[in-house]
Amino acid sequence: MPRKQVRLEHSVEYLSVMDKRGRVDEKLAPKIDNERLLEMHRTMLLSRRLDEQMLILQRQGRIGTFAPAIGQEGCQVGAMAALSRRDWFVPAFRETSAMLWRGFEPTNLLLYNAGYNEGGAIPEDSHDLPIAIPVASQLPYAVGLAYGTDYRDTDEIVITFFGDGATSEGDFHEAMNFASVFKTPIVFLCQNNHWAISMPRRRQSESKTLAQKALAYGMPALQIDGNDVFAVYAAVEEAAERARAGKGPMMIEAITYRMSVHTTADDPGKYRDEEEVEKWQEWDPILRLQKYLKAKKHLTDQQIDELEEEIAKQVNEAWEKADKQMQELDDPSVIFDHLYEQLPEYLKAQRQAFEQRLKHGG
Amino acid sequence: MANLNMADALNLALMQEMEKDGDVIVFGEDVGVDGGVFRITDGLLDRFGERRVIDTPVAETAIAGFAIGMAAYGLKPVGEMQFTGFSYQGFHQMESHAARLRWRSRGRYPISMVLRMPYGAGVHALEHHSESREVYYAHTPGLKMVIPSTPRNARALLVSAIRDPDPVIFFEPKAIYRAFREEVPEEEETLPIGQSRTARQGSDLTMISYGAMLHRTLEAAERLADEDGAEAEVIDLLSLSPLDHERFTQSARNTGRVVIVHEAHRSYGPAGEIMARLIEESFYYLEAPIRRVTGFDTIVPMFAREQDYLPDVERILEATRAAMND
Ligand SMILES: Cc1ncc(C[n+]2csc(CCOP(=O)(O)OP(=O)(O)O)c2C)c(N)n1
Ligand SMILES: [Mg+2]
Repeated sequence: MPRKQVRLEHSVEYLSVMDKRGRVDEKLAPKIDNERLLEMHRTMLLSRRLDEQMLILQRQGRIGTFAPAIGQEGCQVGAMAALSRRDWFVPAFRETSAMLWRGFEPTNLLLYNAGYNEGGAIPEDSHDLPIAIPVASQLPYAVGLAYGTDYRDTDEIVITFFGDGATSEGDFHEAMNFASVFKTPIVFLCQNNHWAISMPRRRQSESKTLAQKALAYGMPALQIDGNDVFAVYAAVEEAAERARAGKGPMMIEAITYRMSVHTTADDPGKYRDEEEVEKWQEWDPILRLQKYLKAKKHLTDQQIDELEEEIAKQVNEAWEKADKQMQELDDPSVIFDHLYEQLPEYLKAQRQAFEQRLKHGG
Repeated sequence: MANLNMADALNLALMQEMEKDGDVIVFGEDVGVDGGVFRITDGLLDRFGERRVIDTPVAETAIAGFAIGMAAYGLKPVGEMQFTGFSYQGFHQMESHAARLRWRSRGRYPISMVLRMPYGAGVHALEHHSESREVYYAHTPGLKMVIPSTPRNARALLVSAIRDPDPVIFFEPKAIYRAFREEVPEEEETLPIGQSRTARQGSDLTMISYGAMLHRTLEAAERLADEDGAEAEVIDLLSLSPLDHERFTQSARNTGRVVIVHEAHRSYGPAGEIMARLIEESFYYLEAPIRRVTGFDTIVPMFAREQDYLPDVERILEATRAAMND
């Protein structure tokens, strides 16, 4: 018997809306009103300046290790801006820009990065999940969350973020399969920033695209220019509409670039050329959006300068506030908080002994 | 002899074993070009090439399973988990297969492999980077579990672990990777797995610890000698499985008083097993309740408060004095 072709209709589209110089293809451009676009720009710039300030604070030993989002601001803000506040946001560990868009306080982020659990607190009415550090580990629970929004018949959906490296983890594959089999309303946003610590994208997987991994699970996928806010917005809007219409999940592979260190504990000089980083500077998502906004006369150089000043002030104030709060957070017995709804007796005893020692200057 | 810190000593062990035995293969996330996030595997790629020093995708299940398969074939894999906090995906492979293939195949497939991973708090790291969950492994029949405490014993134990015929989980106390140096002989040195050592001699009290906490325990013992004139014997376990109870139960019979120190959580922590052995072997010689100074039964807090979580010299001293005064 001859071998027969199994017909598979598989292909991946690539979407870009804005070119390097900030010129937009109006046919593909999503509708975003000016005010919102300027707010997106502001959040991206705030994220960049906050990261830069945190890099300095880390070097001074005032905060600890963190993962800068530098270079990925467009991807994160573009995605979140396409969704509603009621939608659920499930981050990994490099989603500072997305968190800021959702209203996460810079002061709290600074506290978190200074090693205080208090900084990670999520407000009661928020639909944001906390930072998840184990690579890809957030994806299975993101799918459970999405099942919940569907089960309760809401029109909420879930977006979850992960990196190129995360696609190698079993958690990624199991979550994708669940999402597809149960048609859960979720957007899988892969930020392919070309690196997983020292491992370049081309060595992470032999797949030509990461997006195509979705196809194996019967899930549609799109590859996009992740440094193009318009492309990201359009793609997430499309995926969200599908999800809201009950058509199930979609994966978006956003091509972006990690312009800074992996984390502050990392030395990229060991494994990548500065030239590569320089090449990507031209694709800086903030500069590209500014070119667009200036060409459209929505923003002038002078306004950018003013905005820079305002943001510098905001970042400084956030740090001053965080610094002051740290002085006030002087009760280490909070290490026993939030472990259970009711602290069991044996832990109450441990807490009491701990507090006794504190009192007696132990 | 070279004066090395623990990171360099571990590197020396890997270099020499790879030089000596072409079947030793090292792999894990960022171990090659980057030399490992703690630089333990630095220089190995240049020396031994990509077939023997492998940068893997981010996939702990596969790293552990890959090692198991290589070992089943007869190679000598040394896998790295970037942190113990990320070893749980790999735990499945270790529990389901590394620990069982010899047993399941009735001896046909011994799994001689090492899985190295940095553990413990005290380096201002992020969440999941500071735990001390050695009991997960020590509790698993079929696995061996070692934790060195100084550059010299780290080097010798790693060599022994690589040569051991069984799967060895090798916990590296990252807080003391570069804390101090020690003379490490150039010529090869091994240490039997499953053997503890006496780190300080004394006859008034027995203190038992291992890994990074050994050093706080030793410091407390020195202060006890200076301030109270009591001499503690300090036992460094080195292996948690198999656990060498001969030495510490013997010491307890001599001193009658015992304090155990570890940074792992208290409930079901290693001290529980150590106490059980003491009660089984030295009950009639004990003159005071056995004390344990441990991490709390909380999640290891973020780094601003990690020192509040960890046993400190004061806490150890208090327990020690309580044991002395009973
Ligand atoms: C399960 C797990 N393994 C290893 C690590 C250590 N680690 C942190 S980030 C990272 C690389 C992740 O790469 P990618 O998914 O591309 O995300 P990016 O860092 O580029 O944002 C690794 C290996 C971890 N946090 N979790
Ligand atoms: Mg990446």
